[in-house]
Amino acid sequence: MKIVLEPGTSLKNKTGGWRNFKPVIEMKKCIDCGNCWIFCPESCIRKIGNKYEIDLDYCKGCGICANECPTKAIETVLEEK
Amino acid sequence: MIVLGEKASYVKCRWKCEAGLSANRCWYYRQHLKEVSEEELFTSGHRGCAGCGNVITVRLVLKASGKNVVVVSPTGCTEVISTPYPETSWEVPWIHANFENAGAVASGISDAVKVLLRKGKIKSKPKVIAIAGDGGTVDIGFQSLSGAMERGHDMLYICVDNEAYMNTGVQRSGATPYGAYTTTSPLGQDTPKKDMPAIMAAHRIPYVATATISLPLDFIEKVKKAISIEGASYIHVLAPCPTGWGFPGEKTIELGRLAVDAGMWTLYEILNGEFRVTYKPTAKVPVKEYLKAQKRFAHLSEETIKKIQEDIDKRWAEAFR
Amino acid sequence: MRSSQSLGMSDTRTLASAKRMLRKDVMTCNKAVAESVKLCDVDVIAAYPITPQTSIVEYLAEFVAKKEIDAEYIKVESEHSALSALVGASPAGARTFTATSSQGLILMSEVMFTASGMRLPIVMANANRALSAPLNIWNDQQDSLAVRDSGWIQFYAENNQEALDYVIQCYKISENKKVMLPSMVNLDGFYLTHTLEPTEIPDKKDVKKFLPPYEPEYRLDPESPLTFGFFAGPDSYQEFRYEQQKAMENAERVIKEAAKDYYGFTGRKYSAIEEYKLDKKDTVLLTVGSVSGTVKEVVDKLEKKYSVGVAKLRMFRPFPFEEIRRIASRAKIIGVIEKDVIIGVNQGAVATEIKNALYGSKSIPVLSFIVGLGGRDTPPSTVEKIIKICENALEKPEKESYWMDLK
Ligand code: SF4
Ligand code: SF4
Repeated sequence: MKIVLEPGTSLKNKTGGWRNFKPVIEMKKCIDCGNCWIFCPESCIRKIGNKYEIDLDYCKGCGICANECPTKAIETVLEEK
Repeated sequence: MIVLGEKASYVKCRWKCEAGLSANRCWYYRQHLKEVSEEELFTSGHRGCAGCGNVITVRLVLKASGKNVVVVSPTGCTEVISTPYPETSWEVPWIHANFENAGAVASGISDAVKVLLRKGKIKSKPKVIAIAGDGGTVDIGFQSLSGAMERGHDMLYICVDNEAYMNTGVQRSGATPYGAYTTTSPLGQDTPKKDMPAIMAAHRIPYVATATISLPLDFIEKVKKAISIEGASYIHVLAPCPTGWGFPGEKTIELGRLAVDAGMWTLYEILNGEFRVTYKPTAKVPVKEYLKAQKRFAHLSEETIKKIQEDIDKRWAEAFR
Repeated sequence: MRSSQSLGMSDTRTLASAKRMLRKDVMTCNKAVAESVKLCDVDVIAAYPITPQTSIVEYLAEFVAKKEIDAEYIKVESEHSALSALVGASPAGARTFTATSSQGLILMSEVMFTASGMRLPIVMANANRALSAPLNIWNDQQDSLAVRDSGWIQFYAENNQEALDYVIQCYKISENKKVMLPSMVNLDGFYLTHTLEPTEIPDKKDVKKFLPPYEPEYRLDPESPLTFGFFAGPDSYQEFRYEQQKAMENAERVIKEAAKDYYGFTGRKYSAIEEYKLDKKDTVLLTVGSVSGTVKEVVDKLEKKYSVGVAKLRMFRPFPFEEIRRIASRAKIIGVIEKDVIIGVNQGAVATEIKNALYGSKSIPVLSFIVGLGGRDTPPSTVEKIIKICENALEKPEKESYWMDLK
């Protein structure tokens, strides 16, 4: 057993299952400010050019992105399980 | 909070937004945010609560520092949520030893780097950064931190302040603010919050700053500045905790902003003894708004709130005169 | 202090090492320890002063200031931080050293478990001193024996030469990939730390050959960003403890190999137990540390009258079970003379361990003699009394433990 851990291995732990609400971005309203990206505690909002994508494998549905979006482009909807 | 007598040199808006918009809506802010590194050195899959302010802190620190660092964390939320065997969320070298010794462990790494470089046993020089909770900083880790700062090792110590022992289920620490409920201050904390940044400044280290995750650019710039300075530096960052403070997870950033706008937390830096407020809220929000947003203050009487407001008014006048 | 015999130097020696004998210097044990650190190319030293260890840190500070050692010396604010700093420095790739005593060791004890659990080859010298309360700065071995379960390799020196030799060997042992456990050399406070003795400092070149530069398998390196000191739950914690135990077992072999190599260039022989006039003796006096000198002298004097010899325990962790069994198989009674007591057991930690070793094998009485607590002298007369008690107990022991010279 190694006494050290290899970097970034927690990626194995998909935390998406914690979620009750799911954030949905309406790209039309997005002004590309980057707030949702910088504040997401799960590092699961990716910048792709000036578009933003949420990795639902890890999103815990905290709602910070929706709360911090200045144009209310992100909505949280009840997760259907 | 501000104990140092120097006159505060305040800029109306650090992002030069003459309209005095909140940082959130400011065009400059958006521009600067684009310059922040997209590299994620703290990966997904950690066990932090939804809306965890600690994790946001770590992300921002690593975005500011980049890869060439060694991070030390004492026992606490950050450590527990990020490294349950066999997984780790860290993409930078990271070490945890005990609860009260982050300062000393970081000293050892810093000096090891120094001597190994000198002897040619390693080639590059990583910056040593300690990321510790408020308990590991202002309480149990106080002595080891003080020793490390006084000796002046080349390192940055960041206190991630969520104002109580959250990992063990919300017990009061020396950083718990007056009036706050925790499981060990069931009637509300009856002493004021320990002014740790001032104590660190008293060590006469080259750089001390306060920050909050809610103003990420201010925070990132402070981390960058601290890293660029040879010697010991200290940043105290307010990181709201939905679980311990009692607010919904989506409000983490909002709460940090409210704390600053209400004057519960002042953003400043002390560079080589030079004190400077780095952000002045455009409007002062009544502290009641901040307090009422959190369950931990729900029990406070109007009278106590008034007392807190008076205390803030005094400190506000001092800070922004 | 003792003749060459106690140093294990009675063996045939090469001319070269005989020549080296001429270069013996007279020094205290603390100086000898500092000299050994100088020979080992140590990178980071972190220590906090405490009586009777103090002059070790003073010498080291001087050596570093004069650049006789190319190291960083961190003048920490406590012993807890001393070891903590090394817990940072060691995985950063540094060879590390600290020295302490008594209260300092106990203050460090939390980090001692951590250092061993993290498998860091830190080396420490501990000047054995009594524990408070009442406050006492004089010698006994309660401090190091209290941390016997911390996962550190433990050696006990009888004289300055042994202390110096063991520090050097410790690095070789601790840094072995099959071991990777910290180790400590114990030297009796004042009896050794402050006593002048002729001590041979090995040649730097020889030591360099014996002890190659430290190359850690894992290090805190941004090029390969590993996580050290993680959190392990019920599903894995036990396995990590088991690995520590295995490493300690590996250490037994590695210690023997190191001793062999060390003998090669110093002519001094080291083993877990030094046997002194032990052949075909009824009574074995088992000793730890500097008291061995006195005991040997008494045995020299009384060897015609009593059938008695000495087994000096040099290594307490890993514990030399095999050797103890072998010695017991030839004896009729073992009297353990030690400077500590387990309160509530009314015996010393070494005596209980000896009994542990003998359980299930040849059963002979093991008596625990508690001597010299808090620096009380153990004169030859006390040793004589102990020998007599053992002789009388050959038939049937009256009791298991004796507090000698109790007022
Ligand atoms: S809901 Fe929370 S975790 Fe999910 S993407 Fe938004 S900020 Fe990230
Ligand atoms: S916060 Fe809103 S506007 Fe800003 S980038 Fe995210 S979705 Fe777009």
